[in-house]
Amino acid sequence: MKNNALYIWLRQKPRIAFFMCLPLILMVLCLIIYPFIYSIFLSMLNKAETKFVGIGNYLFLFKRETFWLVVQQSIFFALVAVFFKALIGFIAAHSINAIPSKGQRKWRGMLLIPWVIPPALSTLGWWWLFEPTYSALNWFLKEISLPAIPWLSETFWARFSIILVNIWVGAPFFLIMYLAALKSIPEDLYEAASIDGANYRQKLYYITLPMMKNIISITILFSIIVTFANFDIVRVLTRGGPIDTTHLFATYAFRVGIESGDIPLGASVSLFMFPILAILAFIILRSVRKRALEV
Amino acid sequence: MSIKDKEFVILVGPSGCGKSTVLRMIAGLEDITKGEIFIEDNKVNDIPPKDRDIAMVFQSYALYPHMTVFENMSFGLRLRKFSKENIKDRVQEAAKVLGISELLDRRPKQLSGGQRQRVAMGRAIVRNPKVFLFDEPLSNLDAKMRGQMRIEIKRVHQHLNTTTIYVTHDQVEAMTLADRVVVMKNGKIEQIGSPDEIYNKPATGFVAGFIGSPSMNFISCKIEKSSQGFLAKITDDIFFAIKQDKSKMLSKYANKTLLLGIRPEHISENKQNGALKIEAKLDIVEPLGMETMVYFSINNSQICGKVSPDNTIKNGKVITLYLDSLNFHFIDPKTDIVL
Repeated sequence: MKNNALYIWLRQKPRIAFFMCLPLILMVLCLIIYPFIYSIFLSMLNKAETKFVGIGNYLFLFKRETFWLVVQQSIFFALVAVFFKALIGFIAAHSINAIPSKGQRKWRGMLLIPWVIPPALSTLGWWWLFEPTYSALNWFLKEISLPAIPWLSETFWARFSIILVNIWVGAPFFLIMYLAALKSIPEDLYEAASIDGANYRQKLYYITLPMMKNIISITILFSIIVTFANFDIVRVLTRGGPIDTTHLFATYAFRVGIESGDIPLGASVSLFMFPILAILAFIILRSVRKRALEV
Repeated sequence: MSIKDKEFVILVGPSGCGKSTVLRMIAGLEDITKGEIFIEDNKVNDIPPKDRDIAMVFQSYALYPHMTVFENMSFGLRLRKFSKENIKDRVQEAAKVLGISELLDRRPKQLSGGQRQRVAMGRAIVRNPKVFLFDEPLSNLDAKMRGQMRIEIKRVHQHLNTTTIYVTHDQVEAMTLADRVVVMKNGKIEQIGSPDEIYNKPATGFVAGFIGSPSMNFISCKIEKSSQGFLAKITDDIFFAIKQDKSKMLSKYANKTLLLGIRPEHISENKQNGALKIEAKLDIVEPLGMETMVYFSINNSQICGKVSPDNTIKNGKVITLYLDSLNFHFIDPKTDIVL
């Protein structure tokens, strides 16, 4: 066996590495690369998938007002939600970090709950809360003599609600990432800064933020991608309504492709996310790499 | 404890004895539960670190990794709103003193350990504070670099003449740098004195054993009264008469056991006046080139002596050694006080 040519061929290090990675490579090929290429192909067919139309579907989308509404909504939704998730996560991470380490565990555990529950399930709970007549939120508003709010049936409040739920689900991710980053900043940098004369705000600005820059960039990039492609919250709460004013790319693609049966058009909608996210990823990862070289 | 202006004071002691805590309390990084700290005439117990006019050099250097050397050194000045020209002058002046002028645009990551140490010192120097605090600044450096930086620190202190408090567990640093040494143990001060006093007139058995390398030998001996005065008896064969000046002090220890402390360099093959002669069967011989360390036992305690290099000395050989009785220290084993 040992002198077998095949055995020797297999024993070479790069080959071993390749074979060990093979399951993952196959999975990526089957589950990501193939569907991606197939969806590009699909997006170039007509509705009945019988004729090749080139970029016809995209040109058609450009002429539809609803599509541009979805573009605006997706960008607005992602930016606002990610901004507040990052802000709340940052503040919460600081608050937890200030608690003596003995009490930290239970707070960390509790604050992680929204992130651990499957979002479709917790969104269902929110959907109940948003119910206008019988649920807790409007009851509470009534108790403090405020008018009831049509949470999901008016454009402003519907957008507000999906952003709120998205923040609620996503902020713990930022919390845990920022907490880890905060803990990795050596305490003596703060001590040196105290002696150098920095107050709390200056320490935050000159030490904490620069030291966390990379993790902030990466989490924001990651979260923008996930938030941008969000599906379940909108699907459960509003289904894109009222009158398409809360659709995101993913839910609109579902509406067009599955519900209206125009799969090629749905594929074109979902492919629109790709260049936007790719450019974003490129910019942020480049700046992260640059900074990693500097520090 | 009070420290004079421009004095170089070193806190020394084993790990966990509280020396760093003292330093951090002076810096204001640690809360004070009891007692008072004054800098000049101001009580600083409740004054935040930034208003105490101190500068500190940390063991880990604590340089800001995202700032250049110039930014690191000027950070304190920038926060205190110094003018740009003034900052530039001060940083360049400090960089010149420390020989790091050409490193000002680099980041800490691109510096060697010794260079980082200089930058950390530079950050302290530019502020021109009332007090410098050093927290084991050399312990992360290799032995050669440590020796260089020690000289550097001494030079900088002579140049700037600023009150300095320096924490270390390295007695060589303590002996070479300090005007006064404070030896600490378990949060208490054992002795304060010049390096010479600490070495030659230790106040306690702990100080005697802690300072000096190899450390002082301790042999138990019994004080007995005889017709000529007092005798210190190590074994039945090894004993000596206690001198007049000490016999009064030791008289109350008659028939009690004391510890006799003697440093290795006071055990040698050279006969001196009033030396105690012993025959020693050597357990271990360590030739160090410049001198040879010999180890043997008396009363079950291992004793170390320092003799001139001699190839004929081998393990197991019996040689004659002389213990210099002028340098005996008697220690009360109960109170640990040197009598």
